[in-house]
Amino acid sequence: MENAENLRNDLMTAIAGSDGTDALEAVRVSALGKKGSITQLMKSLGAMDPDARKEAGQAINALKGEVAGAIDARKAELEGAELDTRLMAEKIDVTLPVRPQWDGRIHPISQVIEEMTAIFCEMGFTVAEGPDIEEDWYNFTALNIPPEHPARQEHDTFYLPGEKDGHRKVLRTHTSPVQIHTMQDKEPPIRIIVPGRTYRCDYDATHSPMFHQIEGLVIDESTHMGHLKGCVIDFCRAMFQVDDLPARFRPSYFPFTEPSAELDIGCTRAGGEFRIGHGDDWLEILGCGMVNPKVLENCDIDSTRYQGFAFGMGVERIAMLKYGIPDLRTFFESDLRWLRHYGFSALDVPGMAGGLNR
Amino acid sequence: MKITLNWLKQHLDTDATLDQITDMLTMLGLEIENVTERAKGLESFVVGHVVEAVRHPDADKLQICTVDNGTDTQQVVCGAPNARTGMKGVFAAGGAYIPGIDLTLKKATIRGVESNGMLLSEREMGLSDEHDGIVELPADAPIGASAVEIMGLNDPIIDIAITPNRGDCLGVRGIARDLAASGIGTLKPLDAAPVKGSFESPIKVHLDLDADHADACPQFVGRYIRGVKNVESPAWLKDRLLAIGLRPISALVDVTNLMTIEHCRPLHVFDADKVHGDIHVRMANDGEKIIGLDGKEYELNGEMTVIADEKFGEAMGGVMGGEVSGCTAETVNVFIESALFDPIRTSTTGRQLNLQSDARFRFERGIDSAFLEPGMEIATRLILDICGGEPSELLVAGKQPDRSLSIAFRPSRIRGLAGVDVDELEMKRILNVLGFEVSGDGETWNVSVPTWRNDIVGEACLVEEIVRVHGYDKIPMAPMQRADVVPHPAWNSDQRRRADVRRALAARGLVEAVTLSFMTHDQARLFGGGADDLKLVNPISADLDTMRPSILPNLIAAAGRNADRGIADSPLFEVGPQFSGDEADAQDIVATGIRSGRSGRRNWADNPRNVDVFDAKADAIAALEAAGAPVDKLQTMSPAPGWYHPGRSGTLNLGPKSILAAFGEIHPGLLAKMGVKGPIAGFEVYLDNLPKAKKGKGTTRALLQLSQFHPVNRDFAFVVDDDVAADTLMRAAKSADKDLISDVAVFDLFQGGNLGKGRKSLAVNVTLQPVEQTLTDAEIEGVSDKVVAAVEKATGGTLRT
Repeated sequence: MENAENLRNDLMTAIAGSDGTDALEAVRVSALGKKGSITQLMKSLGAMDPDARKEAGQAINALKGEVAGAIDARKAELEGAELDTRLMAEKIDVTLPVRPQWDGRIHPISQVIEEMTAIFCEMGFTVAEGPDIEEDWYNFTALNIPPEHPARQEHDTFYLPGEKDGHRKVLRTHTSPVQIHTMQDKEPPIRIIVPGRTYRCDYDATHSPMFHQIEGLVIDESTHMGHLKGCVIDFCRAMFQVDDLPARFRPSYFPFTEPSAELDIGCTRAGGEFRIGHGDDWLEILGCGMVNPKVLENCDIDSTRYQGFAFGMGVERIAMLKYGIPDLRTFFESDLRWLRHYGFSALDVPGMAGGLNR
Repeated sequence: MKITLNWLKQHLDTDATLDQITDMLTMLGLEIENVTERAKGLESFVVGHVVEAVRHPDADKLQICTVDNGTDTQQVVCGAPNARTGMKGVFAAGGAYIPGIDLTLKKATIRGVESNGMLLSEREMGLSDEHDGIVELPADAPIGASAVEIMGLNDPIIDIAITPNRGDCLGVRGIARDLAASGIGTLKPLDAAPVKGSFESPIKVHLDLDADHADACPQFVGRYIRGVKNVESPAWLKDRLLAIGLRPISALVDVTNLMTIEHCRPLHVFDADKVHGDIHVRMANDGEKIIGLDGKEYELNGEMTVIADEKFGEAMGGVMGGEVSGCTAETVNVFIESALFDPIRTSTTGRQLNLQSDARFRFERGIDSAFLEPGMEIATRLILDICGGEPSELLVAGKQPDRSLSIAFRPSRIRGLAGVDVDELEMKRILNVLGFEVSGDGETWNVSVPTWRNDIVGEACLVEEIVRVHGYDKIPMAPMQRADVVPHPAWNSDQRRRADVRRALAARGLVEAVTLSFMTHDQARLFGGGADDLKLVNPISADLDTMRPSILPNLIAAAGRNADRGIADSPLFEVGPQFSGDEADAQDIVATGIRSGRSGRRNWADNPRNVDVFDAKADAIAALEAAGAPVDKLQTMSPAPGWYHPGRSGTLNLGPKSILAAFGEIHPGLLAKMGVKGPIAGFEVYLDNLPKAKKGKGTTRALLQLSQFHPVNRDFAFVVDDDVAADTLMRAAKSADKDLISDVAVFDLFQGGNLGKGRKSLAVNVTLQPVEQTLTDAEIEGVSDKVVAAVEKATGGTLRT
């Protein structure tokens, strides 16, 4: 069996010395292939007597196993080295920027309306809507603003040429006509908010001919001014995220509410920076009041049985205050630089679980 | 409405400070616009007497003044041209801060002469821009006295925003009454006792109004005063008017202005010698012309009230007096008018004449119908005091209209409507001080409304009066709690859809815009709009005069503006209304978007291409999918509306009449008309056309059936005519075996080569999904044959070999 020992040494040297998978394969073929040296040895067993065959057979099998194992081990080693070499050759500059994608945005007006809706939803409000083109009866008369009322002149109304049953077509000057539609269509209890476009014939640094309002209306048998106060003050605290935001409820006048009020919230302008919260100043934020009995009667609702409140505020104004947006008119200019800067991510969905803001 | 603190205190007895008063006004609903304390920071300036003024030896324009300031004498170098020996001026001592020039005075040497202190101009005091000379004080001003006091400046000006309902607070006394009710002071009595007349007015008044117009001027109170001297008003009167921004003119005119501001009682004073015969109140003749006190000519119509003599119209009732019979310095005899004019007629007249005045502002809000005579008596006294003269007896034409109103008031409504408890005695006190009379007790009171409160019409008004005076701050906050145990969404399904579409489009890289609902008429016509009934009567400008028929033009214009700013690619969308008529159902909510320029930014890895119809189609389908539309059932059809490229556009339908969306490249001709560079691809998703979301549908999903057998893919290429729609081919392939074929995708489109003109090759990959067992080669062969047969039949094409 000296031959076998020599063969083993030769093969092991050849395996260790093969410098690539191809060379290694050649060694494998030379040893274990059909005409390989070990295969030949196996073939030589047939000529031996049984005892010798048994002994030689065991030795050859051991040799075959040992060589095969050495080849596999060397193969793994060589493949690893070859992969390393290939990967090093594949190296690229990973500081290159990624493939660009357009970055979408949600407009601040949509975002703020969703934030407001999330808060009022918690108080049991649902969203109602109405048309932008109204009849003046809905926009004014039904809301206790008769034709010659001074408040009607102050509204800077846009008129359209049409008329229906003697009522002129106007672009609604506020979202309040939706109060009337809702009360005409639905029996109390009513609890709605109305976000929407509104229009006034005025254009300067602080006015846009189109802007957005959000209106609220509650009608039932027992809601009183304390609830109104709770509703709008809680809203402001949630919206501006100041738990103890100072709030001041003071008398005012709207033809469609009686009593009427305006809500001021605390703010400070200390150090030239404006901030909502504790401070030495007040900021008017919304108008509200108890629905005027005449308005209820105009909608055929029994004013001796039902009562409730209404409020309204400007959406852009709230957005400007909350997000520090300086100019009203820029909201409608569709300047991509502005939209990308002040807009919100598609995933920034306001809600009570995740919060109004990220 | 501007008043001064001292003017207020003439009617209100109070110890309250300015801050307490202004805070209380705000909490009463009389909102403070601002408070101007003109004397603030000027308190240390005194009356200085220029004992001597001599020319500075080294400067032509400077004088050396010796100023007596009441305690000592100082030398002041002064450059004012009007500084002279003997005058009295405003002296600021060394160390004083001069607000108008932001300077603290120090001892100085000016061209070699020492100067201690300064004589001030109005600009230096921070009062005005006046800097032509130093302030000159009256010769009798006591030396060393407070200069601001002598100048009448130590009276703060309070500017109040009066809401349209509070006509009664367009007079100082009305404001004082509200403050008195708040408990901050008490209302002083008013002396309006009749002045005894010594003769009968030679001018009579006739109300020449027919029954239809009788309410135009129900009552007219007049008085003749003879032998007046229309002098310059005394300082107190001029100071008051100046403080609130009115220019003093002459005593007679100033008294009428004072009565307007103090008592909300507009008056008119005629020069009696210019009145021809008696006074007639009548409706104007159509086309009648009057020159107003402002010197402008106004043309009247038959629904306007005129105060006329027997020759001419002299004044526009309730709005403005006339120039012709107005008072001048030479006026000797006067006739005073204190009349009542109808609010609506006054408002209409003023609006038609485009004429605003203090009188109109008050009459249109309604003035106290019982104050014609007291107002006349107060004014008579003032004129007699200042101008002298001899008054006639009072002349009254017509009578005070009966507007007495009594309201049944339940004190329980304070708790019920306002949610606050107020003591009943306090309720009565508040009402009484405000001028209401309360009778009755128990559950319902009778409350009669004072003649100056035209705004009070019902019980809710009385609740407001009591609660606002009691203090809105005392109303306890009550939380708004949800009525339902299970929270319901705030949005209905349509509203939810819009929000989802917004966020889906933003997630696809589109930026949301909000554009105006109106646009220029020419562009509206390009997009199928511009009908007469959607053209604004009074647009803000000609380019914003028509309600938009589509959102696209606004977005396209925005892309143009962005391109002008150097941003070539505008991926924009808007979800909002568009208008096809002026009825509510002609307003549709549409999700509209565009992409302009290139498909992406230039970068090292990919080569961006021009945006095209398939970008728009993908956006439209994504929007529809977000909205919950059955996108797998959509059919692509044509034509799209005319503002799209006719060959590169289409609609997405559920059946021929149910158009859910339009998409395509925007017509290049139209872009050229709008002056915007292409290419732009756009889409419009008509959210209102979508099938309504099913209500009350359960939350359980259909059971998932997973096949355990491997799907098989086979490729086919067909040569068809150019006008064969890919959609037709795909549908045919899919219909070959509805059970087995789960998907068909187009993976290649080839034109040209050896196909010849008018032909194209479309290659599809067909996925077979076996359900029951693995497919045999023969079965696959069979399905393949069916696919080829179906496609060839539907398209007239052939399998490409």
